[in-house]
Amino acid sequence: MITHRALATSVPNFAYLVKEDRIHGSLYTDEEIFRLELENIWYKGWVYVGHTSEVPIPNDFIMKSIGPQEVIMTRDRDGQIHLLQNRCPHRGNQVCTEAKGNRGIFTCPYHRWSFANTGKLRGYPYPDGYETADRSELGLGRVTRMAEYKGFVFGSFAADGPSLEEHLGRGGRDAIDRLVMTSPEGEVEITAGFLQHKAKANWKFLVENETDGYHPQFVHDSIFSVAQSGIGDLYGSESTALARDLGDGHTENDLRPEFRRIGKLLNWFGTTEDRVPDYVAKMVEAYGDEKARQIMIDGTPHVMIFPNLFIAEIQIFVIQPLSVNETVQHVTALQFKGAPDLNSRLRQQTMGSVGPAGFLLADDSEMYERTQRGVAAKNPEWNYLGRGIHRERRDEEGYLVADNTDEVTTRGIWRHYRELMEA
Amino acid sequence: MTIHVDLALLAEVEQFLYREARLQDTHAYDDWEALWTDDAIYWIPANGADIDPEQKMSIIYDNRSRIGLRIKQFHTGQRHTQMPRSSLGRVVSNVEIIDDDGKEIRVASNAMIYESNLRGETVWATRNEFLLRRNGDGLRMACKKVVLVNNDKPIYTMSFLV
Repeated sequence: MITHRALATSVPNFAYLVKEDRIHGSLYTDEEIFRLELENIWYKGWVYVGHTSEVPIPNDFIMKSIGPQEVIMTRDRDGQIHLLQNRCPHRGNQVCTEAKGNRGIFTCPYHRWSFANTGKLRGYPYPDGYETADRSELGLGRVTRMAEYKGFVFGSFAADGPSLEEHLGRGGRDAIDRLVMTSPEGEVEITAGFLQHKAKANWKFLVENETDGYHPQFVHDSIFSVAQSGIGDLYGSESTALARDLGDGHTENDLRPEFRRIGKLLNWFGTTEDRVPDYVAKMVEAYGDEKARQIMIDGTPHVMIFPNLFIAEIQIFVIQPLSVNETVQHVTALQFKGAPDLNSRLRQQTMGSVGPAGFLLADDSEMYERTQRGVAAKNPEWNYLGRGIHRERRDEEGYLVADNTDEVTTRGIWRHYRELMEA
Repeated sequence: MTIHVDLALLAEVEQFLYREARLQDTHAYDDWEALWTDDAIYWIPANGADIDPEQKMSIIYDNRSRIGLRIKQFHTGQRHTQMPRSSLGRVVSNVEIIDDDGKEIRVASNAMIYESNLRGETVWATRNEFLLRRNGDGLRMACKKVVLVNNDKPIYTMSFLV
């Protein structure tokens, strides 16, 4: 007999729901699917947590997250980074309610158990009541694995699985490598604080949108037209920029072909050499004339690292799902070590563009929320993602590419998603 | 402690703030833009009330030219998040003259804003600080700082004039 309960817990058929050129609307609305995503993606794979520059000195800490879970990123007194859970092992109380700070010890206010910022239990009041307790098992919970790539810290709740380098792949590592080269000292700093922008939409709409090169001309026409921005043309039908599937869910809009065609230094950032002369001089000194010129022509990457780190040329976004229809986008300006004149412009441009009142992101969010409501409609059941499927091709490095407005990126995200959900 | 209130000045300031609120609620963009001085700053900090806006991210940190850009974007008719426009009703209260040196007046006030849009209904609560300046025929805003009480938490899109 099929009971109501058995029906409710039947496993979704992802081979049916995710097809090569279309995906089923329930993937954005089904609470059981969201629960499985937490298990198979957010609590298993590598998820971006934070940057080492957010906890620059010993005993610094900052509150971060992996999906709906709070994670405290700490730097202990020896400089080592830890990813701890905000749960006292005694009765589950939160041990930290501050967004960031500097402290070596976290004390639970409930029964005053205290913990080192390594997670280790330091002590509890009236210890004679715990004669049989094993103190080594009563520390703060940890994110099972932690790894760092060039300052970018990732966590995974799975004990086994691919290494971070394997997860990032050649494409993800190359994106971060290219990013840090924009600094004359080869380092990114995340120091400007995050805006936290909430949307009533499923997290996958955000991930898809980050490398959807089809929408900017339409969703963002209002600001491109009044700000006389050249960004829209990068996503026009004449653009030589490319949409690229980097594999493992990572995707890219590669704008370099356009910037190389135009051939002007710092055009990627909408500025010119004479406005940031100190930066240009430092870059030439650091990398030599030819390489510095190439870096300053190519600009920074536009890469979505699955499932939650979007490197968006001048800022990073960190995507945090809270529930099946609620997602937070944390966003801040990228800051490049040794480039103060560039950095102040990066902050100014980022503040204008993103966050709850941003010229760009307020309209993106509007689309996330309307699509969330739209896919609740019964017909058609599918979202059609076939754009450019006839002109997909392999580039010289073996990646699948197509025109910048094509959905080769979105298809790549879903191909990887299906693999993870069927695993 | 005796507090001396210049009732005529208080009434003038209150009328100015109510007028600003009405222009915002009714999306009278150009009339609202005309309330600013040429060197104006429109500031909505994030993650606290006293961050350094030159170093840290704010929700809005507009100079006069960027205020103008914001208004121009509305006028394109393609600012999707305001198509349809938010339906707004706000209450301005707790109006207090903090300082008046004869040229510039510092004012504090609170606002509760009820927004209805496609997403649903949202209540916003703010503590506002104004720097008003006399300008011939009346007052102008040289600075408006809006401290959302929940600016340290994730918030929904806030694309109307706050």
